[in-house]
Amino acid sequence: MNRNRLIDWGLRAYVVLAFAFVFAPIAASFVFSFNVDRFPSLPLGGFSLRWYEAIAEDPLVWEGLRNTMVVGICASVISTTLGFAAAYTDFRYRFFGKPVYLALALLPPTIPVVIMGLAMLAFLSRVNLSGEIHSVIISHVVMCSPFAMAIIRLRLSQMDPSLEAAAWNLGAGEWRALFHVIVPFARPAILAALFITMAVSFDEFAVAWFVSGLNETLPVRVLGFLQGQVSPRINAIGTIVFLTTMTLVILAQVLLMRRLGRVEEMPRTDEA
Amino acid sequence: MAETLVVFDDIVKSFGDVIAVDRMSLDIRKGEFLVIMGSSGCGKTTTLRMLAGLDAPTQGEIRLGGHRINELPTWKRDTPMVWQSLALFPFLDVLRNVEFGLKMRGTDKATRRRKAMDWLERLGIAEFARRDISQLSGGQRQRVALARSLVTEPEILLLDEPLSSLDAHLKVRMQAILSGLQKDLGITFVYVTHSQSEAFSMGDRIVIMSRGRIEQIGAPVEIYRTPHNHFVAEFLGSSNIFRGRVVSVDGGLVSIETGRGRFRVTGSGAGTAQEGTSTVFVVGNDRMVLSQDRPADAGNFLEGRVIGEEFIGATVTIHMETGDGQEIRAQKSHGEIAHLNTNVGERIFASWQPESAYVLPGEIDGPP
Repeated sequence: MNRNRLIDWGLRAYVVLAFAFVFAPIAASFVFSFNVDRFPSLPLGGFSLRWYEAIAEDPLVWEGLRNTMVVGICASVISTTLGFAAAYTDFRYRFFGKPVYLALALLPPTIPVVIMGLAMLAFLSRVNLSGEIHSVIISHVVMCSPFAMAIIRLRLSQMDPSLEAAAWNLGAGEWRALFHVIVPFARPAILAALFITMAVSFDEFAVAWFVSGLNETLPVRVLGFLQGQVSPRINAIGTIVFLTTMTLVILAQVLLMRRLGRVEEMPRTDEA
Repeated sequence: MAETLVVFDDIVKSFGDVIAVDRMSLDIRKGEFLVIMGSSGCGKTTTLRMLAGLDAPTQGEIRLGGHRINELPTWKRDTPMVWQSLALFPFLDVLRNVEFGLKMRGTDKATRRRKAMDWLERLGIAEFARRDISQLSGGQRQRVALARSLVTEPEILLLDEPLSSLDAHLKVRMQAILSGLQKDLGITFVYVTHSQSEAFSMGDRIVIMSRGRIEQIGAPVEIYRTPHNHFVAEFLGSSNIFRGRVVSVDGGLVSIETGRGRFRVTGSGAGTAQEGTSTVFVVGNDRMVLSQDRPADAGNFLEGRVIGEEFIGATVTIHMETGDGQEIRAQKSHGEIAHLNTNVGERIFASWQPESAYVLPGEIDGPP
């Protein structure tokens, strides 16, 4: 096929530029985290791990990391459980007001985070749950569950509905069918949901800032640093958070690509 | 007569405003191969699902072995089903699929493994025990589905169009396997299909359903030769159907006046006709005699023109149309029509013996 080479190259340049704008700041942060200089400037001063050493010695960073881990793990487990339940409800039942139920269940990510943070703070302080680590967990569960539900729902939509009925028919009660058929079928999506929700929670700053009180998560701690001084330590923390999040997202992607991508083939009619 | 295993007693099943099964009563005998046949939406699958416990009847009672089972959930019945989609578990290998029913019933591991392997061997797929379902061909999957349903040794097996996704050649082989299996095991098979060839080649008895009602129950030959009513005759498509008015009854000889002439009928069922009533009689496609010349006997024949022919293996079905637009089908062997000119548009006569015509008992005194 004859293609216009100008358009061809133009489109390629466009893609490269788009990725450059997305990744250049992150790459810069990554590079400067290993730079010996106090201020980010070119040419680079020389390779050093001093900023990593600096954050490793800071008890506030360790405290933040611990909080982030606890929140991330709790929030991902709880929101994946809730998301699975919501997705299964959608798969299994028809009821009055189902579109409203679905809309409400998928709504939280569309709410601006500042509004969400304020609302969470107002609500949690009213019921005396604010300022603690569980406040962050509760808020993150609210924000993460829709992601978990969306991922698991997609997987369940690929399931032959007669699979569950077949399990009942073979003597499995409803709970046993759930654990022996629905959960195994959805397993890749459940794992992917765990990773994605953990990544979302790791990165989340605004709502955590509102409700965390003294129990700062890592992103909140970063803001604390920024307010005090501009230090390459932020680059170091940023690199760690970025790598963690990317690992989680890539793991989730791999799981989803491997299992969701494989369309259940129709039975072949040849006798092999 | 064999013992009754399942009784459908005046069953109604409605989904909202839609009545899927309408006051159906049916006895299923122990050890028979019962085929429920009908076009889609006739209620055949709903009937099977009610028996399996996947749908509950709106009204009436289903009894299995004399006990009411309306309220018994499917997992407490032993009525395994082979699904149209097969519904094999894609995340389990062949052996674990087959073991599933035993595992759910709490059979210990060694026993269920042995029983599952026995069934895989019996169906000739033991070598695939450790394969994934996605690695099997259509025919192999059928066998896995069968093994999975039979491993609990049920007294009844339900089959919902299990062969519909197979090609013709494999279908015939699976039919033979199913028939053989049913005879060996001596258990009841209830088989739902829309395919006449499956129904007639396997069924001991056939139930023909339409719009939630049973139109006829009987042995294959009985249904084929003596359809109960217009619907059954038309559904099977194996007969030419004539509607008319009984003008005289003389012993076993009935004269019926139709728009195309007066015909004599002496076949079975004729005795039930009454003078002055409207009725329907049928003549089997294979009982039609074709000729190029006007038949000497002035009685039962129609004149028409060939509109097409259809080869089905050893037989040919000639389609002709009478002057007033009725289509007549005659099924003949190649030898029987070798001397005829059956080009489209040729004039041709179809005739039949009075004893080949059959008055439909379900249409006596029907609407004219």
